[in-house]
Amino acid sequence: MNKPEWMKNRKFVTGIVITAIVVILSIIGTFFTPYDPNAMDASAKLAPMSAAHLLGCDNFGRDIFSRIMSGMGTTLIVAIGTVLIGVMGGTVVGAFTGYYGGVIDEVLMRFNDAVLAFPSILLALVFISILGSGKYNVIIALGIVFVPSYARIVRSEFLRCKNMDYVKSAKLIGVSDLRIIFVHILPNAYKVILSSVAIGFNNAVLAEAGMSFLGIGVQPPDSSLGRMLSEAQTYLFIKPSYAIISGSMIVLMIFGFSMLNEGMEEWSDA
Amino acid sequence: MKKRIVSILSVFVLATLTIALGGCSGDKTGGSSKIVVGIAQDLEDSLDPHKAVAAGTKEVLFNVYEGLLKPDPDGNLIPAVAEKYEASEDGMSYTFTIREGIKFHNGNPVTAEDVKYSIEKSAGMMGDDPLISAFSLIKSVDIIDESTVSIVLSEPNMEFPSYLAMTNSAIIPADNENPDTEAIGTGPYKIVSRSPQENIIMESFDDYWGDKAYIKDVTFKVEANADTIVMDLLGGSIDMFPRLTTTQVSQLNDNFEVYEGTMNLVQALYLNNSVEPFNDIKVRQALCYATDIDNILELAFDGKGSPIGSSMFPSFGKYYMPELNDVYTYDVDKAKELLKEAGYENGFDMKITVPSNYQPHIDTAQVLVEQFKKIGVNAEIDLVEWNSWLSDVYTNREFESTVIGVDASTMTARALLERFRSDADNNFINFSDPRYDEIFDMAVSTTDDAESTVYYKQLETILAEDAANVYLQDMAEFVALNKKFEGYTFYPMYIQDISKIKPAAAQ
Repeated sequence: MNKPEWMKNRKFVTGIVITAIVVILSIIGTFFTPYDPNAMDASAKLAPMSAAHLLGCDNFGRDIFSRIMSGMGTTLIVAIGTVLIGVMGGTVVGAFTGYYGGVIDEVLMRFNDAVLAFPSILLALVFISILGSGKYNVIIALGIVFVPSYARIVRSEFLRCKNMDYVKSAKLIGVSDLRIIFVHILPNAYKVILSSVAIGFNNAVLAEAGMSFLGIGVQPPDSSLGRMLSEAQTYLFIKPSYAIISGSMIVLMIFGFSMLNEGMEEWSDA
Repeated sequence: MKKRIVSILSVFVLATLTIALGGCSGDKTGGSSKIVVGIAQDLEDSLDPHKAVAAGTKEVLFNVYEGLLKPDPDGNLIPAVAEKYEASEDGMSYTFTIREGIKFHNGNPVTAEDVKYSIEKSAGMMGDDPLISAFSLIKSVDIIDESTVSIVLSEPNMEFPSYLAMTNSAIIPADNENPDTEAIGTGPYKIVSRSPQENIIMESFDDYWGDKAYIKDVTFKVEANADTIVMDLLGGSIDMFPRLTTTQVSQLNDNFEVYEGTMNLVQALYLNNSVEPFNDIKVRQALCYATDIDNILELAFDGKGSPIGSSMFPSFGKYYMPELNDVYTYDVDKAKELLKEAGYENGFDMKITVPSNYQPHIDTAQVLVEQFKKIGVNAEIDLVEWNSWLSDVYTNREFESTVIGVDASTMTARALLERFRSDADNNFINFSDPRYDEIFDMAVSTTDDAESTVYYKQLETILAEDAANVYLQDMAEFVALNKKFEGYTFYPMYIQDISKIKPAAAQ
């Protein structure tokens, strides 16, 4: 029996399996967790791994497994939101500047360069200090920071396509610019955008973890992987498993997406 | 090429080895006559005692400067630069006799001019803003003779001497032109050098008038990163660190003696009494009933800490009222009932603003959020930077509630209770009760100590009964000291007295 084409690609399969586990766990985590992820229990402070608490408990006696489940959900939502804002904003900016060129292109792209010149975390910090901290503000801040890189990718695709024959023909028969941009050129750029989405997703997961680690992302008592890692560092010597588990989950998430991305690239090249 | 890399590497290895070995030998020979004390922040504000504002600066400068009087570990005032003093009967003037033979670190004797200069400088008579508000009472500082100075007040004030025991009222030489950078005092230690963001090196003062310090060399090392403190203690680069958390303490090994005291802070969930729903006394009382202090101590502080019921902590023995701890005992039903009476049957949403650099307060807030859920109150934590906390919460009073610890600047009940006067500048919770203002005025104006104590106790009772804040605890303070040393002494104030620490007796 022949395996379907995609199952032959080991990277893709690994990616799909890991990502599926992560996504399913976090979807379940939003509706059901073994314990209330914020419920404290003085008798279970820093409890070791056991049948009752699969991964043990943190310094407040909160079940780490439950917190990982809900924390992954938070991290995932932030990552999805960030990439969504980044891709949409970037596509619009990139499409128009790439298609029209001229003065707007110059101005927007120089502005783009300026934004890209800043370290992204620093820029996100600036937005957070204006917007205030919290989950949704982190999404907005990171989303804005992610726009320029997508804008640049989409713009270069548009530059490549806009002088192709099919675009010229479309222009000749009087198709409107908007229709050319979104119906004719954009579908041809999807491959490039898609692979950058996967990379962006990884960056977003890392950025959220980084910001929560610094205490400006998700606010306590809510959990996120970065927040948990930050809380765990105080107990590094007493309960190393806490930090190792939260850290590994971040690694796992990113590993899954990277594999998925590489698998997809190999697949489309073949 | 490869060879070169190897040789470069071996040079590096040798270099690090020598450094490491050098560290070892130094440790053995100089072991106990030199101590390195870790501090959380650098002395950024000023070395001028009259300009030092940060508690972290003052606790270090305590070793360098002295006032006319100084506090002792039991909270009493003892003579320092002044040998003795007399108060006039009406409490309007105080006469100080300067200690005979007392010298500054530069070798010059302390004169009446120096005392007059120092008091006038710290009272703002030389243009600077005075840091001690009570010094605005000073009408004049008069030199009676070479060793006698009299301070005349514009109105009677019984607590005046305690203001002379602060670092902010220290005696410094009148001829020092750069007190900001050149620290000259009369304390048991003198500053040798200071490297910003790194350390302050001190040496014991040979001509000190009192009991000389046991340890000759002291280095205060700035430990800006809280996560490295434990490693530095274990690794031996610091010998002592005040104010550790229980978690940090549990990671130390047998080489350290841990001294347990109290922080002398009033930690509470401070409520902005002028915003809804906290302007309703029933809501405030409901929150008090809903708070299980023992549970907070258990969850966030490993059971350490002293519960308090008003703006007073146990080390102020005379004024402290343990019975106020029982005004609100943990009672969820009662809390719900009060909320219902106040018209918040279904609870409400509230925001707890917490400075992000104080983990104990963040932990406390997290437990409070869980406890308030039980009465239907949905609290949300908002972490802010220390500077934003100072401007938004403390100065502009734009907040709903906050978890913080409030300390006393002097060893007087007034220092803790004055802020709740309805018109006080630092009344950041907007507490207002005409009865309180009236009793406070009586407490301050009386010259009879017993009488004023009674008044202060009434004030504490009002704060508790009005549920001005959700009072929590005086946090436990842990000081780790390497067993090479002994004799760490707690003060009822924010002070690190290094002169009392001595090398451990040979084992």
